[in-house]
Amino acid sequence: MSEINELYQDLILDHSKKPRNYHVLEGASRKVEGYNPLCGDRYTIYVNLDGNVIKDIGFQGSGCAISKSSASMMTASVKGKTTSEVNELFGHFHVMVTREEAGKYDREKLGKLTVFHGVSEFPVRVKCATLAWHTLKAALEGDGKTVTTE
Amino acid sequence: MRGETVVKKEPAFDVQKYRRDFPALNQAVYGKPLVYLDNAATTQKPQCVIDTLDRYYSRENANIHRGIHYLSQQATDAYDEAREKVARFINAKESREIIFVRGTTEAINLVSQSYGRTFLKEGDEVLITTMEHHSNIVPWQILCQQTGAKLRVAPINDAGELILPEFEKFLNSKTKFVSLVHVSNALGTVNPVKKIIQMAHERKIPVLVDGAQSVPHIPVDVRDLDCDFYAFSGHKLFGPTGIGVLYGKSEFLEKMPPYESGGDMISAVTFEKTLYNKIPYKFEAGTPHIAGVIGLSSAIDYLNQLGLQHIAGYEHELLEYGTKALQAIPGLRLIGTAKEKASILSFVLDYAHAHDIGTILDQEGVAIRAGHHCAMPLMDRFGVPATARASLAFYNTREEIDALVHAIQRVYEVFK
Repeated sequence: MSEINELYQDLILDHSKKPRNYHVLEGASRKVEGYNPLCGDRYTIYVNLDGNVIKDIGFQGSGCAISKSSASMMTASVKGKTTSEVNELFGHFHVMVTREEAGKYDREKLGKLTVFHGVSEFPVRVKCATLAWHTLKAALEGDGKTVTTE
Repeated sequence: MRGETVVKKEPAFDVQKYRRDFPALNQAVYGKPLVYLDNAATTQKPQCVIDTLDRYYSRENANIHRGIHYLSQQATDAYDEAREKVARFINAKESREIIFVRGTTEAINLVSQSYGRTFLKEGDEVLITTMEHHSNIVPWQILCQQTGAKLRVAPINDAGELILPEFEKFLNSKTKFVSLVHVSNALGTVNPVKKIIQMAHERKIPVLVDGAQSVPHIPVDVRDLDCDFYAFSGHKLFGPTGIGVLYGKSEFLEKMPPYESGGDMISAVTFEKTLYNKIPYKFEAGTPHIAGVIGLSSAIDYLNQLGLQHIAGYEHELLEYGTKALQAIPGLRLIGTAKEKASILSFVLDYAHAHDIGTILDQEGVAIRAGHHCAMPLMDRFGVPATARASLAFYNTREEIDALVHAIQRVYEVFK
């Protein structure tokens, strides 16, 4: 498989064309906007927290296929998880796409999210894949400010 | 002679010959021949410029306007000769109207801070256009914050052309400066700057023209345009990075205070008082980018050999070919369809984001830029977050346009 097909896998393209949880969450307890000024990607993430558990999550915005599918698949995978579980998951995801820390990450914990492993071949696209995650992290930490990748 | 008319033909533009002058063009990326279509970001350098830099640092390196030794005199002569050459290149009246700066950005900052802070005050207006690069927006915003002047922005139409009657309405008794781009980096639009300068001068308003994208493509004559300031960068003109030019009419430069201070810009210093040097030295504090200036001089020699008239003709044909080829692609929309255009093909696809296009094209060896092109207000005007931009130079070929079209087909295959 070419590196391009490795990057743009069917599951990623499917989520970019039909993003899941793609809606405003009425009465969300947390709402944060994430922005990548370099390419103009912009998403708002809405979270309903029950204690430290993500009860519901939604997002809206625009950007490239990688950023949108990453946001979509992230929302699908964090529903029902605690904030510390989400932080751990993002840690593994980050290592996978950046190959930091000798590239050691837990494939099982990431599950379907491993479809983004091809991003590591494209360093300039790491920010696309992690924008939604950084935004969610900010939402959970609750300072309510716009996060940017710069 | 049998009476037939003899048509005198211009010699054909031998693009393959010129390509051989640029070593960077002759390489493969990801196992594919490099198709370099990011010339609006920076251009590749001909061997003569590379050799000039090599020779300068290997054998000629010395500081200028200081030394009494042989090398210093050689370097000073080469530096001064470069200034004469730049003056001839844009047809300035005198070489002292040429100031060497880091690039277009520094040139605009110099004018906004030196001229703007001295002569503008609260209530005055600075007029720019919707299609400006951030480097011709932010310096004026800062000036307006410092002085209380107001920044006004003249609109464009859907083709990406200035609407001249609207532009004229923005010129009023409060307008104290006009700064606009000659050729838009994101759209390719060639603005009717001569006409605009006339309009402004009828009202005694000085005009700066941002020529970063025009000097590599069309002959520029600052006296014919009658602009008061003209700014451009060496690295977009097949020369080194870190060197650029500010042209200013001497009557303006002489009444402007220094922008930076230090060595070379003074004629006498005591701890009580400093007498400033005459122009252009007043604006060239410190040791300048001597190698850059000499490299730029070599790039201008190269361009003069080819002839900008000749280059413009070839590029126009190439642009027409590229425009037709891209317009034939389903789902592709060109952003910037002005009647007067130069060398830029900015586009969006309805099935893929510019950033995804950029990544896939890159894997095919095709180097373009994807993003907002440092013109975010312009992207807002067209309602797109970003565009993919192929920008041409005289060393690009029809085959390379075909490679671009083929690579876009690859984007379709991935996203269909």
